[in-house]
Amino acid sequence: MSGAVQETVSGGSAKTARVVIYGLLILLAAIYLLPLYVMLTTSLKSLDEIRGGDMLSLPSSPSIAAWTKAWGEACIGVTCTGIKGYFWNSIKMVVPAVIISTLLGALNGYVLTKWRFPGHKIIFGMMLFACFIPFQAVLIPMARMLGMMGIANTTTGLVFVHVIYGLGFTTLFFRNYYEAFPDELIKAAMMDGAGFFRIFWRILLPTSGPIIVVTVIYQFTNIWNDFLFGVSFSSGGSSPMTVALNNLVASSTGVKEYNVDMAAAVFAALPTLFVYIVAGRYFVRGLMAGAVKG
Amino acid sequence: MTTIEPATASPPRRNFADSLRGWLPKLVLAPSFAVILLFVYGFILWTVYLSFTNSRILPVYKLVGFDAYVRLWSQPNWYMAMKNLAIFGVLYIGICISIGLGLAILMDQRIRAEGILRPIFLYPMALSFVVTGTAWKWFLNPGLGIENTMHNLGWESFKFDWLVNPDMAIYTVVIAGVWQASGFVMAMFLAGLRGIDGEIIKAAQIDGAPLTKIYRRIIIPMLRPVFLSAFIVLAHMAIKSYDLVIALTGGGPGNATELPSTFMYSYTFTRSQMAVGSASAVMMLMGITAIIVPYLYSELREKR
Amino acid sequence: MSFLEIRNLRKKIGNVEVLKGIDIELEKGGFLVLVGPSGCGKSTLLNAIAGLLPLTSGDIVIDGQVVNDLHPSQRDIAMVFQSYALYPNMTVEENIAFALEMRGVPKDERAAAVKVAAKTLQIEHLLTRRPSQLSGGQRQRVAMGRALVRKPRVFLFDEPLSNLDAKLRVEVRAEIKSLHQNTHATIVYVTHDQIEAMTLATKIVVLKEGTVQQIGTPAEIYNLPANLFVADFMGSPAMNMLDGKVVGTGAEARISLFGDQSITVPVPPTVAAGALSEGQSVLLGLRPEAITDTGLADPQARSVTQIEAPVIMTEPTGSDTFVTAELGGKHFTARTRAEVSCQAGDTFRFAFNLDKAVVFDPQSGLRL
Ligand SMILES: Nc1ncnc2c1ncn2[C@@H]1O[C@H](COP(=O)(O)OP(=O)(O)OP(=O)(O)O)[C@@H](O)[C@H]1O
Ligand SMILES: [Mg+2]
Repeated sequence: MSGAVQETVSGGSAKTARVVIYGLLILLAAIYLLPLYVMLTTSLKSLDEIRGGDMLSLPSSPSIAAWTKAWGEACIGVTCTGIKGYFWNSIKMVVPAVIISTLLGALNGYVLTKWRFPGHKIIFGMMLFACFIPFQAVLIPMARMLGMMGIANTTTGLVFVHVIYGLGFTTLFFRNYYEAFPDELIKAAMMDGAGFFRIFWRILLPTSGPIIVVTVIYQFTNIWNDFLFGVSFSSGGSSPMTVALNNLVASSTGVKEYNVDMAAAVFAALPTLFVYIVAGRYFVRGLMAGAVKG
Repeated sequence: MTTIEPATASPPRRNFADSLRGWLPKLVLAPSFAVILLFVYGFILWTVYLSFTNSRILPVYKLVGFDAYVRLWSQPNWYMAMKNLAIFGVLYIGICISIGLGLAILMDQRIRAEGILRPIFLYPMALSFVVTGTAWKWFLNPGLGIENTMHNLGWESFKFDWLVNPDMAIYTVVIAGVWQASGFVMAMFLAGLRGIDGEIIKAAQIDGAPLTKIYRRIIIPMLRPVFLSAFIVLAHMAIKSYDLVIALTGGGPGNATELPSTFMYSYTFTRSQMAVGSASAVMMLMGITAIIVPYLYSELREKR
Repeated sequence: MSFLEIRNLRKKIGNVEVLKGIDIELEKGGFLVLVGPSGCGKSTLLNAIAGLLPLTSGDIVIDGQVVNDLHPSQRDIAMVFQSYALYPNMTVEENIAFALEMRGVPKDERAAAVKVAAKTLQIEHLLTRRPSQLSGGQRQRVAMGRALVRKPRVFLFDEPLSNLDAKLRVEVRAEIKSLHQNTHATIVYVTHDQIEAMTLATKIVVLKEGTVQQIGTPAEIYNLPANLFVADFMGSPAMNMLDGKVVGTGAEARISLFGDQSITVPVPPTVAAGALSEGQSVLLGLRPEAITDTGLADPQARSVTQIEAPVIMTEPTGSDTFVTAELGGKHFTARTRAEVSCQAGDTFRFAFNLDKAVVFDPQSGLRL
């Protein structure tokens, strides 16, 4: 796609303008990259080098010692087995939560666009508003409820919570996508004799690739990055990665090992960054769909 | 757009299979809706109820009126949280939108490296606030961070202690927050710019308007809906933001970076003042509702 | 006995009554075309027949069976949509076979049926492609294949040609016609192209704002429109409506035109006996082809009147020329031979053939 403003025939000043624009953009890009750069280089340095040297300098003798320590040995609370257990906790939480919430969102979106009934607007409005509530407003009851259901402090409990509070967004995504899907196709399938679920599986779902990618990425990043639910509804060994990272960084016992902190932060960032790099374009589009279309 | 209604919706129902066909869509939607009804709206009512009790470490269900609200509004901490939210909210939203729009306009000048630059501005959005907080906490570390770097570069008098300076700490939250979200705002504006009909701009160019005028008078006014969306998203994030503060400053030094979200959490779970915590949560909810509901209402009404 | 019967069908959408009591009958093997201006309820009626919309009241009867409460898939009806509605994720073959699959037809039978349909429509070479890899005309054919393969009791077409370019439209129109002649299928077809209606239909229904204006064969609709709306809607350029006044009574009655006592024409044979009374104002409807240059005038015609009038505009179409002229402050359009040379400003002698003229009551709009 080309820019909104097309270059026209213009004089010599255009060249200086372009230089300034590129200069600005490159400078800004450098600033945006700086924290990541510092995080990476610090994680590869030794503690002595960190204390004595310059944050911006490249590591003199890069070592992954801090990485292995963060992964397998660092102390979080009283246990010193690194963040790996928490990393897996996060995976075990994210995968089912993403799958369930995406599937339910798809079905909800399908009903809300292709099988409308009186009141569908109110129902959708209520689901949509649920996306925006501050979770603080449900935190206390949820803590009690998880206790009553016997899934407090478990990964199951977190999956449950993330599915519920992700439903609004997944429904929104699919609804907006299916809204543009031609009704005539559904009518044709109905006349061909396909029923509710058959139309969904055979006609709608096979053409939902783009929105599935968007929803999965969105849910994956959101749930992986969640901290509030993790810190509220889990404790000790059942915590997700973000909570463990915070505990590691905030712990004040012993020597502050900045390189280990940074390595742990990199681990916490890797999955979402990876997903983002692989499918970033869809990710942006998904956020836009949620944000712009309402 | 027409709506497909199942033919069987019209009476008389012929048999069980037919009536099931009419009910199936509602049955499929029902669990999700029930869950939302209970776990969102039910829980909100529950929280509101708690805010009218005297709950401390555990919920009690005896109503005591506005006691918790009275106590909430007499807490210096809560005033601090509100003041910080005002500072943070205004700066965060204002700067994000300015930088986002500026970046989008720069990126819209037919930049050859757009494919490389865009992900660079956007990647912070993929990170968790905890990671962002951790990284910036280190980056702004008064002893070893940016300050030290400047000293090494020969700028001996450079001093940057905002992270531990109670007057300035809230601004570090703004910096980190802007770093994280401004790229996303750029993406929103960029999408808006790309959606503008090129012929309108060509017409303006033929009319002899210089580029700056075209932007000021034609393009930016046309981006109004994007401004609104960006504002909604950012305001919502500002009110909810909890993780960033916890990871960056822990709410400190002292209570210098207290926000309603951290206030609510600490009063509920660590200070055993559940009723006050609930009252603060209700205040947050009211704040967001005041912003979101008119927006959602207009969005949903416009379509069809 | 009629095969498809629609009885007093009403449909309300919200507070608007979109269909206001429709009665239509169609014999087996008939080709019914629904025409009418945009928004008159054609698609709504078609969807109601298909079962895609619940009725407000009335009955739909197919082959003696009331189908009101049958699900679309149980009505044994196939529909071809304006947008073709091909399933984008399936190949052409899968698209055509889908309905059979849903009905549990075994695989080899399905394949055989698809083959037959594909052969009829000459799309055998496209079977493995996806809809996105097809041209508009090919998609249209696949959509018809999807309907054909089911051998339904009734075919419904909703403006199936409107997305095709002019040339292709003529081709596919001819194909649909021969398909109908070969298969004797019962078809209900929606269009707002009146040439399609004329060429395809065995029966035309003209709709306006949810009410039936006229039902009849193409010739009846064209030659004997029931009211001014039908007369104006069918035919292009539209029928000329000349102001007239009845002079004289009984067998002596004539119609004076253009407010000019000296120009009178005999009462056309289409007018029912005794329908006119002296001094009555009427509108005389004349198709452009009934007003010609004197050389083209039908020598068999029983009543031809020659009138001179100044020419306002000429529009050559190649095969013939449409001439707009003025008399008594009113414009009318004539259809002359292409060779006839006349230009704006000339005074030209026209031959009015009144054999096929029709007369309307200007108040009620009905044909007399
Ligand atoms: N879902 C709906 N809600 C309200 N009004 C509707 C709805 N669907 C159709 N209508 C109205 O019903 C009338 C008939 O619509 P219909 O689609 O049948 O027209 P049509 O004759 O097929 O027109 P076209 O030639 O443009 O396709 C229109 O006035 C339309 O505005
Ligand atoms: Mg229509």
